[in-house]
Amino acid sequence: MGQPCAVIGVGQTKHEVKRLDVSIAGLVREAAQRALDDAGLAWHEIDAVVVGKAPDMFEGVVMPELYLADALGAVGKPMLRVHTAGSVGGSTAIVAASLVQAGVHERVLTVAFEKQSESNAMWALTVHVPFQQAIVAGAGGYFSPLIRTYIRRSGAPEDTGIRVALKDRQNALKNPYSHLVFPDISFEQIANSPMLWDPIRYLETCPSSDGACAMVLASAGAARRAPHRPAWVRATAMKSEPTMFAGRDQVNPQAGRDCAAELYKKAGISHPRRELDVAEIYVPFSWFEPMWMENLGFAPEGEGWKMTYEGATALDGDLPVNASGGVLSSNPIGASGMLRFAEAALQVRGMAGAHQVEGARLALGHAYGGGSQFFAMWIVGAEQA
Amino acid sequence: MSEPVASIKTPVRLEYSYSAGRASTRFLRGMSEGRILGQRCPSCRKVYVPPRGSCPRCGVATQEEIEISGKGTVTTFCIVRIPSENLSVKPPYAAAHILLDGADIPFFALIQECPFDQVRMGMRVEAVWAPREEWTTSFGNIRYFRPLAEPDAPFEAFKEHL
Amino acid sequence: MRDVAIVSFAQAKAKRRELDANEVEILMPVVQEAVARSGIPKREIGFTVSGSCDYVAGQPFAFVSALDAVGAWPPISESHVEMDGAFAFYEAWVKLQTGEVDSALVYSFGKTSMGDPAAVLNLQLDPYTVAPLGIDAVSLAALQARLLLDSGRYTEKDMAEVVARSRRSAKTNPHAQLRGDVDAASLLSAPYYASPLRKHDCPPISDGAAALVIAAGEVARRVARRPVWIRGIDHRIESHDLGLRDLTRSPSTGLAAERAGARAGRFELAELHAPFSHQELILCEALGLGDGVKINPSGGALAANALMVAGLTRIGEAAQRILEGEARRALAHATSGPCLQQNLVCVLEGN
Repeated sequence: MGQPCAVIGVGQTKHEVKRLDVSIAGLVREAAQRALDDAGLAWHEIDAVVVGKAPDMFEGVVMPELYLADALGAVGKPMLRVHTAGSVGGSTAIVAASLVQAGVHERVLTVAFEKQSESNAMWALTVHVPFQQAIVAGAGGYFSPLIRTYIRRSGAPEDTGIRVALKDRQNALKNPYSHLVFPDISFEQIANSPMLWDPIRYLETCPSSDGACAMVLASAGAARRAPHRPAWVRATAMKSEPTMFAGRDQVNPQAGRDCAAELYKKAGISHPRRELDVAEIYVPFSWFEPMWMENLGFAPEGEGWKMTYEGATALDGDLPVNASGGVLSSNPIGASGMLRFAEAALQVRGMAGAHQVEGARLALGHAYGGGSQFFAMWIVGAEQA
Repeated sequence: MSEPVASIKTPVRLEYSYSAGRASTRFLRGMSEGRILGQRCPSCRKVYVPPRGSCPRCGVATQEEIEISGKGTVTTFCIVRIPSENLSVKPPYAAAHILLDGADIPFFALIQECPFDQVRMGMRVEAVWAPREEWTTSFGNIRYFRPLAEPDAPFEAFKEHL
Repeated sequence: MRDVAIVSFAQAKAKRRELDANEVEILMPVVQEAVARSGIPKREIGFTVSGSCDYVAGQPFAFVSALDAVGAWPPISESHVEMDGAFAFYEAWVKLQTGEVDSALVYSFGKTSMGDPAAVLNLQLDPYTVAPLGIDAVSLAALQARLLLDSGRYTEKDMAEVVARSRRSAKTNPHAQLRGDVDAASLLSAPYYASPLRKHDCPPISDGAAALVIAAGEVARRVARRPVWIRGIDHRIESHDLGLRDLTRSPSTGLAAERAGARAGRFELAELHAPFSHQELILCEALGLGDGVKINPSGGALAANALMVAGLTRIGEAAQRILEGEARRALAHATSGPCLQQNLVCVLEGN
């Protein structure tokens, strides 16, 4: 809605467990510089900067946009910092896009990052706040009971998760920025990896990465002058629901369904599975792929796992999911959502390199966070409308 | 020539004072007396345990107090096989969503006194309290849940809470 | 640009320490009041955005439990900035400008008393080269005040007069925390706290929350008797490197004011987010505010300073004067970061 907005530059860092070679400033600048280079722009040509990341306790820096103002060329410019838990990378892109759609700015640099090796993300995620119940199982322990519920409801075969992990890890071999790279990855290797929180195994889990992702979003006028093909933002949507309430469905959350429905309506899409060419969705634990297939309306309820089984979500399937390797392969938490949005843009620009889905012209970027309660999504296309 | 400095450790110490808030205070005082207290939303009539002072769905304050049984049903669960930083229980162990009788929302708790591979959806369980003399204003008064000698609850009975 | 107006504002009474209520319990009545006063049914509000800071709340994802105060069901379109609510207000204004929604709820909360704010804010500084020096927010402000006094442009008496006026104005503000009749002379006899700052030159520690509702043209005209039109809004950030900045001036405030159209026309009042007395002097200069403008009729941040709320409160207080018909044109300002690193300015006008 509003003015047209396009992605004219994308940049990301090589995601690693620890980027000891750069400071936080160096990390974000690396991604931002790549995005600017891709967009053919100099720092001074950017009108505003929107930064996004997960809790500050992951690095131990309070409100880091203040510290990063110089590194991101934001001095003298407007600068915002978005924080919507795990979906933040996506919602940050949406806030940046709205600045262009509102006609406020022509060129906006948006950066999402996490340098979680600098603090202790595990501690930050499980810190015991007085008077609240102690966390008994860690992040995976929160989601695995929900996965068990999904398996019960759908009757999905037990190895569905392994198949998802295998696909994403094979895709990662085609993405030079991937953190986790297993050249000889196999079904057996995943099946034999240690069980962490039944039914999630070690190789079905996302890593903890240092990394950053950046995009340059531009108006139609600025996009016309861009050196490479733009990805047009066709629709954006964000929806949230409370963490816990009586009768809440955390397996197929209403907020996710509503967000997707609004997104498709705005983009003029009536058959998402047919009309979308590729999807980059937030899968931190393997089983989220079949669950999100249903939540996004690609498959009827209870049948999302069939898409995985049939190979529909493989790189050569009819709706490739996570051609980049996804969150399972690289997970700088604050950036993961933006990586999905950026990879979707790369696909429709024809710039996804070895993991390019041929002929991709319409792509979905998806991010979620919290207790499956915050959703941010966008659809980008090779055409403006 | 020595190695360039790649990183420095800068320990930070911050102290915070937390308030439980009114609803949690009522709940925790109940805990210290061996009682499990929930609150009912005046709008949707659902009972929340632990109570939060507000119904997250309706966005209104909750005040009506309901005493909840220590017996409940496992709605779903997971088997944890890696140690958790904050927990002394040795893996593997079962952690479950337990819907207490009378409550409308499950909460997460440990299952013990049961081989972890026998934990199942629908299993009936009861709270195991710490010895009375150790009770304080804390969730920790309930150490864990153990199986009850009752038939499993049918799927229909709890499926809307999944 | 679309016409967008503030149609309601509500705030909690600022308290030194709220021991009874948690954040949701403080926030919920404030949000309910803002929504009720807006005349727009809650489920028709198109967008919700909040501001808060995990390090103030002493836990990660603090904004998540705050969502319970809103009743996000059916699911809502919602966002959050880890910044003062004033920047959430900006995000909401932008959302309305896209045409996607016609109204938005903005709120923020901060229980500053939970931690030691001066120590918490130290962590805003460059983590490799500045934060480890251990300089706290009050000492940093004192450094800025020293530079300002040394410039010869202002005196300690000027600072004391800011405080005296703020406390006096706060007497008519039921939500303020520090109020009373004090005169500059007796303030000057108080000992230094962090030279050249005296205790009263520093903001109080406050627990609080604030919320407001904005709406676009037709909706605003329908629901509000005196919609508070946002005629201009802009924000700018300066270098983080304290040594690179002239700490006695606020160029980002000047730039934001220019871009917000604050140079044209007069203001009856200006609500300036100046947590330290000397900062008000810097801001007034940067904004070119003359003698005819009433500064901080609410008492400002020197009377109540809930972190992450004080900026949004300046906007709300300025709006409230127009909503009540007491004024027609006001300026509101919010700041973020050490020594006024980042500043937001907006121009508010009644019909």
